[in-house]
Amino acid sequence: MAQTMYDKIWNKHVISGKAGEPQLIYVDLHLVHEVTSPQAFEGLRENNRKVRRPDRTFATMDHNVPTEDIFNVKDVISRKQMDTLRKNCTDFGVRLAAIGEEQQGIIHAIGPQLGLTQPGEVIVCGDSHTSTHGAFGSIAFGIGTSEVEHVFATQTIWQAKPKTMGIHVHGDFQKGVYAKDLVMALIAQNGVDFGTGYAIEFYGNTIENMSMDERMTLCNMVIEGGAKSGIIRPDQTTFDYVTGREYAPKDMAAAKAYWQQFYTDDESAFDDRMDFDVSSLAPYVSWGTNPGMAVPIDQPFPEPKDINDQKAYDYEGLKPAQKPEEIDIGFVFIGSCTNGRLSDLKIAANILKGRHINPKITALVVPASRAIREEAERRGYDKIFKDAGCEWREPGCSACLGMNPDQVPAGVHCASTSNRNFVGRQGVGSMTHLASPAMVATAAIYGHFVDIRKQTVTA
Amino acid sequence: MEPITVHTGKSVALMRNDVDTDQIIPKQFLKNILKTGFGIHLFYDWRYLKNGRPNPDFILNQPTSKGATILVTGNNFGCGSSREHAAWALKDWGFKVIIAGGYSDIFYMNCTKNGLLPIVLPQTARDILAKATPEETITIDLVHQRVKYANHEFTFEINPTWKDKFLKGTDDIDLTMTYEDQITAFEAKMPVFD
Ligand code: SF4
Repeated sequence: MAQTMYDKIWNKHVISGKAGEPQLIYVDLHLVHEVTSPQAFEGLRENNRKVRRPDRTFATMDHNVPTEDIFNVKDVISRKQMDTLRKNCTDFGVRLAAIGEEQQGIIHAIGPQLGLTQPGEVIVCGDSHTSTHGAFGSIAFGIGTSEVEHVFATQTIWQAKPKTMGIHVHGDFQKGVYAKDLVMALIAQNGVDFGTGYAIEFYGNTIENMSMDERMTLCNMVIEGGAKSGIIRPDQTTFDYVTGREYAPKDMAAAKAYWQQFYTDDESAFDDRMDFDVSSLAPYVSWGTNPGMAVPIDQPFPEPKDINDQKAYDYEGLKPAQKPEEIDIGFVFIGSCTNGRLSDLKIAANILKGRHINPKITALVVPASRAIREEAERRGYDKIFKDAGCEWREPGCSACLGMNPDQVPAGVHCASTSNRNFVGRQGVGSMTHLASPAMVATAAIYGHFVDIRKQTVTA
Repeated sequence: MEPITVHTGKSVALMRNDVDTDQIIPKQFLKNILKTGFGIHLFYDWRYLKNGRPNPDFILNQPTSKGATILVTGNNFGCGSSREHAAWALKDWGFKVIIAGGYSDIFYMNCTKNGLLPIVLPQTARDILAKATPEETITIDLVHQRVKYANHEFTFEINPTWKDKFLKGTDDIDLTMTYEDQITAFEAKMPVFD
């Protein structure tokens, strides 16, 4: 029977258990951050257990980091979580990229950046956006804290294999349309639970033409459509990205030969299939309180179809039939594990170059990692952002979620490159509108969203 | 973990769909480094008014909800962020069983790790259960996979492995360590590309 890439990698990692039931699978890479790990380390201590493979474990600090003055963690509990991680990593021998260190950043940015994320692996992290790493052709999914503890102690996890969905993506994006718009459109058109129970493999010429950064954006957000994982077949783009990174295989030829055994046999292997033509896709903007509540920039907001929609309109102070242009933007956030990578900053910098943001707007530009920040500075993006009136920050999760000082004030609409627009996510009473970096940067200039396809200056 | 075989208890109904984990426990409460103490913040934004007082209209604040152990709710419960704090908060408040139309995968797994039994029943069944008054109880018979209320009875599906775990209240790590030899053997044959 034909098999998918997900099936093949999975089967290679099964230690025990029958197909169709929860199986014990081996974990190649366990990524850790300060929010979802303390109780897991505590559980190890209580039971006198060790981390089985510290060499397959890597930790960083991201959620709580104050991006303005990183060493000045004013929030007592934030500091406690970070201090706890530091102590735990020392006690259990786990590598840690702490605040201020060269390798620090959002966990989903540094895994790939350090070459820890590789094709053919099983990667887990106590964080739902772990799906990001599937962009390299690996099985990657988020786990809960008890599972974190289990992986620490055993380097394995009990999981039932999800079904697989193949999404064939074809066509060329119009100018100003990106992977972010594709994934937002998939969720808006099919619902926030269309992927529940599935791992989604993306393939087709659109995907082949994407950079690794774009593939990561796509896989990052599949979780917002309910999917457990996204996965993309590793190709030359992937190999080129991985080659030479700190923890990348030294013998790339052998590694490549090994990885290529995992390719999906043919489309008949998928439990479900979908087709998506991007050639007429427009940039998307979310209007409501989940990522599925989104419309193309040139379309009006829909009539409410249930109480959730109505509540979303009430919360956002918006009405059906209004258009994305009419949202009065007061805050802009460019960053996160979805769109805080170098190519995202480049797109935003190209748009903001020589221009100034609307004076009513506060704009934060937050690179996803220190390495990205430094590369951006070498290229002069920091200066472009600052000259345009944006704040150029230190790496971290920042205003993706209001767990650190970077919060969107109550009652303010924020154009954000992040992934979630849940009630209060960016701060109590904040209103998030998800879009691509290009759309968000342009909104910073105009004070509202515009159709960037009609702009002369695009990235 | 405490085993569950048959559980009888009072219920509360919160018939909303797509309740995400940010609603179950907002992020400002994730900074704790323990597993307990989250119950008072459960459904925080619905439960408390802007001035910090309990919202009298919210079901969990009504005196009749006190002591409830079963939550009857909508579809796609626990979507969004993977935070296990959502399961801890529900548990800490006193819930032992959730009956929903479906769950996000991660939330479901988190329930299985914390002795919080997640049951899936269709809308029609949940609409009936949602009518249970504070004086009435619902019985969950996990052994026979049945939910009983008044003169109604519904059967539900559950994966045999998770069922067994709930029935026995097993510690996962101890169970897995019985496979230690296989894990070591697996590690020995992993490819290296140095
Ligand atoms: S950037 Fe946002 S979504 Fe990504 S890991 Fe941080 S908080 Fe989570």
